[in-house]
Amino acid sequence: MTTARLTPTRFAAACRRLAIAEKGWLRAHKWWLLRRASQAGALLVFLVGPVLGLWVASGNFASSSILGVVPLSDPYILLQSVVAGHAPATTALTGALLIVVFYAIVGGRAYCGWICPVGVITDTAHWLREKLGITRDRKLDRRTRWWVLSGTLLASVATGSVAWEFVNPVSMVQRGLIFGVGFGWAIVAAVFLLDLVVTRRGWCSHLCPVGAFYGIVGTVSATRVAAARREDCTNCGACFSVCTEPQIITPALKGDGTRLIRSGACLNCGGCIDVCPVDVFEMTARGWAADPAGKDAAVRQDLEPPAPAREAA
Amino acid sequence: MTRKSTMNRREVLASVAKAGGVTCLAGLALTAYVESTSKAEATALRPPGALPEDDFLSACVRCGLCVQACPYDTLHLATLGDPAPLGTPFFLARDTPCAMCRDIPCTRACPTGALDAGLTDIREADMGVAVLVGHETCLNYKGMTCSICHRVCPIRDEAITLERQTIDGRSLVIPTVHSDRCTGCGTCEKHCVLGHAAIRVLPRDLGLGGKGRNQAGRPT
Ligand code: SF4
Ligand code: SF4
Ligand code: SF4
Ligand code: SF4
Ligand code: SF4
Repeated sequence: MTTARLTPTRFAAACRRLAIAEKGWLRAHKWWLLRRASQAGALLVFLVGPVLGLWVASGNFASSSILGVVPLSDPYILLQSVVAGHAPATTALTGALLIVVFYAIVGGRAYCGWICPVGVITDTAHWLREKLGITRDRKLDRRTRWWVLSGTLLASVATGSVAWEFVNPVSMVQRGLIFGVGFGWAIVAAVFLLDLVVTRRGWCSHLCPVGAFYGIVGTVSATRVAAARREDCTNCGACFSVCTEPQIITPALKGDGTRLIRSGACLNCGGCIDVCPVDVFEMTARGWAADPAGKDAAVRQDLEPPAPAREAA
Repeated sequence: MTRKSTMNRREVLASVAKAGGVTCLAGLALTAYVESTSKAEATALRPPGALPEDDFLSACVRCGLCVQACPYDTLHLATLGDPAPLGTPFFLARDTPCAMCRDIPCTRACPTGALDAGLTDIREADMGVAVLVGHETCLNYKGMTCSICHRVCPIRDEAITLERQTIDGRSLVIPTVHSDRCTGCGTCEKHCVLGHAAIRVLPRDLGLGGKGRNQAGRPT
């Protein structure tokens, strides 16, 4: 179904080389660098407390207190707590609301692309997979994550506990790094191996209920990537190869409707922007990009006078 | 999204069945796993103000704010293999007991209410209850006057008193815990001079017996 499946394993590396040749190393890694900085930064603010005694943020990703003032809470964990029968205190509810609003602005799965430490681990697994030329790809339905998500909520109801937190590799990694690892590494290793040898992008794009949850938030998110200059597309397939969710690019790039990548599954990772040798993609906002259906198409035309081949208007 | 229109009824039914099936499977597997690991061992004590264990597990998001708020490094978040369910805060009396801070920073730090902010007097805390389990090993039972547990208890002469008893014709002073005053801080267990403490802090139902259900299932 997806183009990525048809491409040879070393295709991604070739794409990256082409982008570097066209745009230079820095521009071909801009979003990647920003993302890694953000992922590292998110962990560091939690680590400088316990390690150096600089308490910018205390707690962990599940719930935290920023400078001892602003509460933040993971909405999905809190949702499990609620269905398990607990009425959370206002602090946690406020924290969860702040997080939902934040990701509604920056893009739901921006959590996956920019914050979650497991994202780095699965990215590494994927990178190694391509390097080693591993092609084995056990097919999983991408909707499985929704079912796992529903399953975790069912289990929370049934057990009266925050059920997914007994397993959650996302919590295990960040908690492990902030509070000490223990045996949590075993589950993390399992995720790494799944992505390396069993299924391409197996964990994050098929199974993880945390990503699925933020994907729901993402369906309304303001910040979106758009195939703004899709007329320029050379059909090289680089974006499909780099994207963790290649199926979501097609409508924006090849369709004649909106140019926005509307799917909640998009991580706003900017991988497609980095890798495209002819700069088709850009980071933009809903109601701002070239969207023939929306009134802002006109705004855009003003901004870009020599608009070529505007097929749908 | 537009896929639906091109799906026929059978396909829709099949995908609904698949979704339902995997949901239930995931739910069941997780339920079974949680049920098998969600019990804290008797040695793992919860921070002051913790809700009863069942409620606690539905409330705590495992953020560790209580852990970081504790000035004595008493609390830890459980990792796999620890005696408490994964990620939940606990302490071991024998390692580092609770110092019973007057301002209870751990409870105040909790954002979810898993530690009840209504607890304002640390002497009302109920982390467990001390039980003198070593009736054959406790030095006072052997006729000496160790009484360390009595001396270190922060609720002086109230949670543990020394009671004179005559056992087998010998007059002994026996450390006696008063469960209505003991907070379960664990200081006595920590300082017991034996290699394996003769006095242990246990969760209240384990330590005291009594209230609960009898074998016929009736409340007693
Ligand atoms: S899908 Fe899950 S594990 Fe992957 S980056 Fe998102 S939250 Fe993290
Ligand atoms: S569409 Fe682009 S920004 Fe979105 S997930 Fe794919 S590569 Fe990342
Ligand atoms: S009362 Fe003080 S010593 Fe005891 S757990 Fe709380 S913060 Fe730590
Ligand atoms: S602060 Fe509250 S929610 Fe967080 S780990 Fe401690 S008890 Fe759990
Ligand atoms: S646990 Fe021991 S030291 Fe603490 S209050 Fe109870 S009897 Fe006293």
